[in-house]
Amino acid sequence: MTDGAPVLRLQLATALREFELELELEVERGSCLALVGPSGAGKSTVLRAIAGLHRPDQGRVALAGDVWLETAAGTDLPPERRSCGYLFQDYALFPQMTVWRNVAFGLAGAPRAQRRRRAEAALEAFGVAGLADATPRALSGGERQRVALARALAREPGALLLDEPLAALDARTGAAAARELAATLKRTAAPTVLVTHDFAEAALLADQVAVIDRGRIVQRGAAGELSARPASAFVADFAGAAVLFGVASTSSGGSTVVELEGGGRVASSDRAAGPVGAAVYPWEITLEPAGAGPHGSALNRLEARVTSVTEIGNRARIGLLASQPFAAEVTSESVTRLGLSPGARVTATWKATATRLVER
Amino acid sequence: MGRRGPFVVALTIALAVVLLFLILPVVAIFVDAGPGELLRSLGSEQAREALWLSLRTTLAALAIIVLVGTPAAYLLATREFRGKAAVTTAIELPLVLPPAVAGIGLLAAFGPEGLFGAWLDDAGIELVLQTTGVIVALTFVAAPFYLRQAQAAFAAVDPNLLDAARTLGASEARAFARVAIPSAGAGISAGMALAWGRALGEFGATLMFAGSFPGITQTAPLAIFAEFATDFTAALALSAVLVAVSAALLLTVKLIGRTPLLGGVSA
Repeated sequence: MTDGAPVLRLQLATALREFELELELEVERGSCLALVGPSGAGKSTVLRAIAGLHRPDQGRVALAGDVWLETAAGTDLPPERRSCGYLFQDYALFPQMTVWRNVAFGLAGAPRAQRRRRAEAALEAFGVAGLADATPRALSGGERQRVALARALAREPGALLLDEPLAALDARTGAAAARELAATLKRTAAPTVLVTHDFAEAALLADQVAVIDRGRIVQRGAAGELSARPASAFVADFAGAAVLFGVASTSSGGSTVVELEGGGRVASSDRAAGPVGAAVYPWEITLEPAGAGPHGSALNRLEARVTSVTEIGNRARIGLLASQPFAAEVTSESVTRLGLSPGARVTATWKATATRLVER
Repeated sequence: MGRRGPFVVALTIALAVVLLFLILPVVAIFVDAGPGELLRSLGSEQAREALWLSLRTTLAALAIIVLVGTPAAYLLATREFRGKAAVTTAIELPLVLPPAVAGIGLLAAFGPEGLFGAWLDDAGIELVLQTTGVIVALTFVAAPFYLRQAQAAFAAVDPNLLDAARTLGASEARAFARVAIPSAGAGISAGMALAWGRALGEFGATLMFAGSFPGITQTAPLAIFAEFATDFTAALALSAVLVAVSAALLLTVKLIGRTPLLGGVSA
């Protein structure tokens, strides 16, 4: 297989309760595609169809040369014969088995003597080898997630499917788990499909984001692109956070400074070093006419050009381009007052505390 | 404590009457003849034979129920199909059937003159007045207790666990054996205890279908019935044993119900 060639290909059409799920997607080796959309948009059904847990009315699923499903040809491999690592939303650890037996469950093909060793090695990779003999009930949410990831990846699956991987965690644990998950995904060669209702999560973890609404992909692209140039009000409303990429270092003042790729800098109260993504929600950003002097407590000031204006009810998503695309959300009143239209120049400001950093 | 008005007093009296009425006969079994007499009576050939037969036949029935009933309950719990409600109701029917009707039904189906009588005869299988017949009767009356519990227990298993097992390379059969059964373990055990309890107490259907022959079809409840006119103490002794076993089974069910279900939510 040539590097960068599409590895996981999926095309499916299936009738859900209220609408038809109909989509096509490709995920390349080593990359992660996030399916984002509101609850009930059909996201999880896509994952289930890939894994063989849902049989679509019509469709085709293939990993490289292996065809897992081809309804036209009558091919439909059962889940156990597809090579999918599946992370369930509630992690679905077997409650009556210890942690290592949970991991070893997926290694049934290996010789008995090797199973414990391989299970422990997988747990070690996620820093939870010490929990090998614990039962899932005794674990915290974050630990469960790591064990579930270790279990899904121990079999070295051909594709990785993540269903709301952070939804079961509280906010604090979630932020740390997001960083770890990002690192894991970076190490994983298997094409990955991530399902989430949280655009920020998608932006931080995935290379590509596809927004799905009522069974159809309405826009697909890099997170920043979606945020800055939403194809519709729906996407604009949904594409919450923009992510700016750069290299972080600690400033003399104690905050973290990110030198953005392409120029400009962003400050954050999060601690990080090296290559990072800086996430900021559009509603945290204030727009001023270009050239206004610095005032107030906002540390971040980026000169930007307006690329798009998308009305969402009584507010508007303003697509912006500095060295990288991002977006702000302002009231319709401000659009008129500031004369915001494509081509206009503005200064975008926001606080360092509103900037979330995730290592890349 | 709140005020003790006449209404509360009335409630308390009602509960006291209920408790007294329900407990008295059970206590009387142990007190009427005294423990020494009871133990002596249990030494009799007929008593020991009846208890031994009860143990063998109920365990055999339970084994059949669990072996066939578990996969059947799993199918009912995990699949949707047309007529499922009718099937479920049909399975529950023996629960409300009068024992005498169950006995007549078994005779009409498997008796010498029954629907399958000739067929069983050709196959060399004798049920009526045989120990095998006792097992058939016990299985018939006790199976619904197990099926209902097992079906509910399987239905309560988080379907994600079974899906997870499949994506981890397990066939459906392996997911059933390694994940579904252990996850439904508490409910299944409670079902077994209930079915066993029902089988131990079975009287009417056994009497009609298999008869009451010491050593062959005379289980403990039938022996109690056969003895009570001639040797009341022997009947009491057998009853005492059944009370003890039933109480133990009830306690088991209660304790299983109280342990946090395997796979339950935790902090």
